[in-house]
Amino acid sequence: MTTFVDIQDVTHVYARAEDGAPAVQNLNLTVREDEFAAIVGPSGCGKSTLMKLATGLQFPREGTVIVGGREVGAPVKLAGMAFQNPTMLPWRTTLDNILLPLEIVEPHRSRLRKHKAEYVAKAECLLAQVGLKGQGHKFPWQLSGGMQQRASLCRALIHEPKLLMLDEPFGALDTFTREELWCVMRDLHAAQKVTIILVTHDLREAAFLADRIFCMSARPGRIVAEREVEFPRPRDLEITYSAPFASLVQELRGHIAQARAAA
Amino acid sequence: MTTKRHLHLAPWIFTLGFFLAWEIICRVLKVSTFVLPAPSTIAQAIWEYRNQLAFHAMHTLWMTLAGFGIAVAFGLLLGMALGASRLINAGTYPLLVGFNSIPKVAVVPILVFWFGVGWVPPVMTAFLISFFPIVVNVATGIATVEPEMEDVLRALGASKRDIVFKVGVPRAMPYFFGSLKVAITLAYVGSVIGEQNASNVGIGNLLTRASAAFEVPLVWAALVVLAVLGVVMYVITALIERSMTGWAQRSDMAAA
Ligand SMILES: Nc1ncnc2c1ncn2[C@@H]1O[C@H](COP(=O)(O)OP(=O)(O)O)[C@@H](O)[C@H]1O
Ligand SMILES: [Mg+2]
Repeated sequence: MTTFVDIQDVTHVYARAEDGAPAVQNLNLTVREDEFAAIVGPSGCGKSTLMKLATGLQFPREGTVIVGGREVGAPVKLAGMAFQNPTMLPWRTTLDNILLPLEIVEPHRSRLRKHKAEYVAKAECLLAQVGLKGQGHKFPWQLSGGMQQRASLCRALIHEPKLLMLDEPFGALDTFTREELWCVMRDLHAAQKVTIILVTHDLREAAFLADRIFCMSARPGRIVAEREVEFPRPRDLEITYSAPFASLVQELRGHIAQARAAA
Repeated sequence: MTTKRHLHLAPWIFTLGFFLAWEIICRVLKVSTFVLPAPSTIAQAIWEYRNQLAFHAMHTLWMTLAGFGIAVAFGLLLGMALGASRLINAGTYPLLVGFNSIPKVAVVPILVFWFGVGWVPPVMTAFLISFFPIVVNVATGIATVEPEMEDVLRALGASKRDIVFKVGVPRAMPYFFGSLKVAITLAYVGSVIGEQNASNVGIGNLLTRASAAFEVPLVWAALVVLAVLGVVMYVITALIERSMTGWAQRSDMAAA
């Protein structure tokens, strides 16, 4: 499989950083096309920074970021994003929130008005996939946090992005809802060809969903360990209680503990 | 349910109580009409001068609405520019704040030099005094778009313009309508100041003439008419606000 995201020797310093210290340093990472990659690391180590670099929302001071074979010099377009905070617009219905990316991205932008019905059908299909069938007419604030997060996943996927960036998307949810959403995410990934980078601090989440897991060091962040996850797909939630799963999580814990101790 | 009824009645009861207390104080202490006329005396004056008051009030209303309308259009545009561009924001704020600090009474003579006595000075004064809160509120609403929302859109290739119009402006609407309630009352003050100094008609002009002639009950009658008009305009603005930004008023605090 070909490389889709290639981050080479990247060092990034925020323009507004008070101490001028880099957020990430000598960061190297490659993610293959259609791969599900997870990035775990202690809080403040630069995980969100990595996402911004990969989507062209920030540009590195040193090193290069290549996405889809091209060096990133502007926001990449076509990336879907979801955050811990669902950031739904409260004045739009859930359906209109999901259609928002289509009002931005070409060719949908110019097609949207004429082919509205087609896009609405697509959005409703996505809603059904995440377990929100028939809820599109509701306003986001009429939905629970978990439901809003499902809708936010639909918004991230409606324009069929090549790259999906998830920044701790399930971090604010209770355990049951979170595990439900893991399965939703697993099924979405199976149904759509898309490269996914998931940032999380939940090691079980990373182990259950990802094909490959990267562990980051404390700030300034770099990759200290890389681990293939070989559990066959489709995975069932049951595997999270199996012995190999537990030992994988334990191993990841070890890397993170080391990274924290080194800081 | 009863609390809701009480809440509906409360403004009427408090207002009536206020005027009743005023009336009683005037009668018991035998306050001279020259110092403070009783509400009954003012009511009488309102009835007596009803034609004159209605004519001048209509004029003031027009001046206010015209100035307010210009302030809304100008305030929205400038607020959008300020909210969208950090450069414009940083550059123009000192000018804006400085201008807003000038008492508008002091500007009326200049308006008279420029436009002469007539309808222009009251309209201009109403505009100048009321646009500032609109600008500040619209700019704040736009400038405080959640960074994550901005990231989502920018990663899709959205331009600054897309973000301002799709997220910033709708998001600023509750701030905008909130500022209108302040602006409409300010516009009233502005048009009356303008009329007092540079017009031959309007409640402001009537006030000037009545106080020069020591017609105290008429002065008070004009003030009461102004206050009532102000409340009516405020209520209309608040109703428009409620119907336009229902999504922003979903907390129990707003409903109570
Ligand atoms: N906009 C910014 N300006 C300055 N410093 C920032 C900014 N965003 C993040 N940082 C700093 O960069 C470091 C990494 O942040 P971040 O990537 O958000 O961490 P993580 O997502 O892993 O918790 C932190 O120490 C943070 O304080
Ligand atoms: Mg983060």
